[in-house]
Amino acid sequence: MTESAITYVTDDMHKLKGVWIDERTSPPISMSDIRKWAIATYWPEQPPRIYWDEPYAEGTRWGGILAPPDFNPFAWPVERIARADIPQPRKTDGSRFTGMNGGQTDTYGAPMRSGDVITARSRLSDWHERDGRLGWTLYTTTEIEWRNQNDEHVKTRMSIGIRY
Amino acid sequence: MSIKFSEIEIGDSLPHWSRRTSFAEWNRYAAVNDEFVPFHMDDEAGRRAGNEQGAFGMGNLRYAYIVNALHTWIGDEARIHEVACQYRAINQKDDVLTVTGTVTDKKTEEGEQRVYLDINVVTDDDQSTCPGHAVVALA
Repeated sequence: MTESAITYVTDDMHKLKGVWIDERTSPPISMSDIRKWAIATYWPEQPPRIYWDEPYAEGTRWGGILAPPDFNPFAWPVERIARADIPQPRKTDGSRFTGMNGGQTDTYGAPMRSGDVITARSRLSDWHERDGRLGWTLYTTTEIEWRNQNDEHVKTRMSIGIRY
Repeated sequence: MSIKFSEIEIGDSLPHWSRRTSFAEWNRYAAVNDEFVPFHMDDEAGRRAGNEQGAFGMGNLRYAYIVNALHTWIGDEARIHEVACQYRAINQKDDVLTVTGTVTDKKTEEGEQRVYLDINVVTDDDQSTCPGHAVVALA
């Protein structure tokens, strides 16, 4: 099948390309959240003191405890509110996609700290299709931006979704 | 541990950083990241998802291992500017995962001394699971 004969891209994807949606706000980050995250990801070894030792962290150039860059402040919401979806592709024959997480590029700005409240938003950034090893495959790039309560950039994630 | 920009050379390797991972690590990560996906928690669910060996590890935890290996190398005063990886393969119970990294460039950008690396997470049978790149900014 030629590239021009098939596409999984929908009109909704075209309409919402580049449009920020799905804004959400985290609960305030606590020092205990940070400590537990660091313990879990360094297990069974002790995590660095910047993540749990306040007097030590105050003596660093950061002036206090930081969260690890990969810390997720959106874990454990009290209410499981359905999120506004990035527009989804559709197979013309009605069959379901197999989806995979293709990976990501994360660019970090201001570090997260105890007390921070993070606001996230997402947009469908781009896509391309090609005939791959698993058949016709759609690669979508979703941009997810995090900012803190001072409107400082915290993280941008460019996330690759794979559907075939 | 921390490093000096002036002492880094292209071709340098990240110091060894590895973890043997299984349910003890995965369940702790699930608990903090709220990531209770059946195929990471249960062998039958893992087999239903197509992995004959049962439950398998989280890509997010491998990503955390990359971050941790970089942090261990650069120390508390530096920062990680960028991490990119592709999830190419899964990891099994009791795999020893090693974060690898090779310096590809170093330059001063936006007032920071930045070091570029190719990175990966490899299993004990040398299977590549997470190739990508990283940029760290030294203090």
